[in-house]
Amino acid sequence: MERDAKKKKIWALVIIGFFALVSIVTYAYNDYYIYLSAYLWFGLIYGMCLQYGRFCFASAFRDLFAVGVPRMVVGIMTATLFFGLVSSFVTASGFSTFHASPSGIHSMIAGLIFGIGMVFSGGCASGSLYKAGEGNGVALLVILSISVTQSSFADLGGWLNYLVPASWHASALSKNLPAVINVGDGWLDQYLAGYVWNHPTVTFAKLLGLKNESASGAFAGNLLVGVIIPALLMLAVVYFIWGKKAFVRDLLKNKGSVSLRDHFTGFWQMILSSKRTSLAGLFLGIACGLQMFVIEGLRIKFGIRNAGEILTRLGSDFGLSVRGTVFDPGYWYVTTQEAQWVGWVMHKLGWNNMDNIFFGYVNGIPNPALNPADWMSLSLIGGAAIMALMNNEFKFKKPTMELATWAIVGGFLMGIGSRLGLGCNVGAFFVRVSNGDVGGWLFGLGMIGGAFIGVKFFNWWTERKMAKELAGMEI
Amino acid sequence: MAVKFEKISEGSYALDCTGYVCPHPQIYTKKMLEKIKEGDTLEVTFDNPSSGESITAMCSSLGNEIIERTQQGGKIIFKIRKAA
Repeated sequence: MERDAKKKKIWALVIIGFFALVSIVTYAYNDYYIYLSAYLWFGLIYGMCLQYGRFCFASAFRDLFAVGVPRMVVGIMTATLFFGLVSSFVTASGFSTFHASPSGIHSMIAGLIFGIGMVFSGGCASGSLYKAGEGNGVALLVILSISVTQSSFADLGGWLNYLVPASWHASALSKNLPAVINVGDGWLDQYLAGYVWNHPTVTFAKLLGLKNESASGAFAGNLLVGVIIPALLMLAVVYFIWGKKAFVRDLLKNKGSVSLRDHFTGFWQMILSSKRTSLAGLFLGIACGLQMFVIEGLRIKFGIRNAGEILTRLGSDFGLSVRGTVFDPGYWYVTTQEAQWVGWVMHKLGWNNMDNIFFGYVNGIPNPALNPADWMSLSLIGGAAIMALMNNEFKFKKPTMELATWAIVGGFLMGIGSRLGLGCNVGAFFVRVSNGDVGGWLFGLGMIGGAFIGVKFFNWWTERKMAKELAGMEI
Repeated sequence: MAVKFEKISEGSYALDCTGYVCPHPQIYTKKMLEKIKEGDTLEVTFDNPSSGESITAMCSSLGNEIIERTQQGGKIIFKIRKAA
């Protein structure tokens, strides 16, 4: 057993060594690769934090509704608060890479679909990546399902065009996009150009009449009003409905009464009840903010606005969008690069998927070996594997038929939700909320609703299975 | 592979969720704890690390006591006594 654990630690070192070698060799080959390496090392940090804290957005509200555990809500709100704090500094200093997205009811509907999917599949988009790093085959299936769904959904037209309202179609055509994009064909294209783009981008700073880039906008608007107040309110609600139970029970037993001061103590105890998760949230939040700072610094150094320019300079212009861009968020993101690698494979197999907005106009389908965001996701899996191997928690797990079915169905719903919401639990919720984007909270509210529906379903499903298994057993 | 429930002896039960991911181990554990009597013990086996965090927090919240924790390779075993 000890030999096995030692072997795993050696494997962890091999993975670190591999990523270090990739960074050194590619940098020696060309300076521009440092840009991709920056994504790589932040991905590694995210993977380590996620695995260490068992940090999964799916478990936040699912475990709250299913088993009454607030651990992960606390972790996520901690991460959001720290990401928001660092983001405010980065934004006020002019280094932010964040751009708010159009907000509307679509964000909430997308979140709802995504939320159901993440409960079914057993992990959110980022959670599935870190669990894949633990050797979990179910998580790999979820990633595959999300990737294929998004990539296909981005380009599907045909009979789906009949489901597009005439107003969306007309509005999409009026945007005068390049003819090669063929915006009048494809459900998602017409949804984006004909519906989503007509919505305003709303930040809390803007709502207060402040500029996002100003210190008052970044700190008072986006951080205080957009993150701190709603996050504390959410934690207070979670404490009073779920978190206080054990604390109040023990206090009543020992003291006989509970004062307001006791509740403050109980609230703080809830925050610290899972040190691993809270600590992971803290580091994750800080790293997310720092990534924006580092990527923007590198953009200034190289005189670029998008990684597409770097790929062109490296002599790899395949798969760039019609505007010469590729997906280059400048911060943590998960789902778009998952769609891209499948999009790249499909394109190589003969599917022309560059005539849509998602790939052809915005994100491109660069070679995954040169896609900065893919470097981030692969190293995230690697970072999680390192932590799991170091703690002897790595184990290859083959999915059962039942779990494989949930993984595919859940991944499908998350894929659809991601494209409708312009991101997943990270890109559409975590990053947007931390940067004061109102739409992030709308997506989050949808996710909570989706988690509730998913849990209701699973309660019914497990009850039904248990009734069969326990039949005849005397308890 | 399916979830296995077993009665080891009077007042002592086993639940094997090996191979299952979230939220299955924690949901089955919660439901099984609801079914057994106060003071009975439940031995839960699982190999999904994050479920361990949730089961620990759930037991603490409900007053159930985890009287033994063991780890064998990637397998984790919790022995839980239901609160009286």
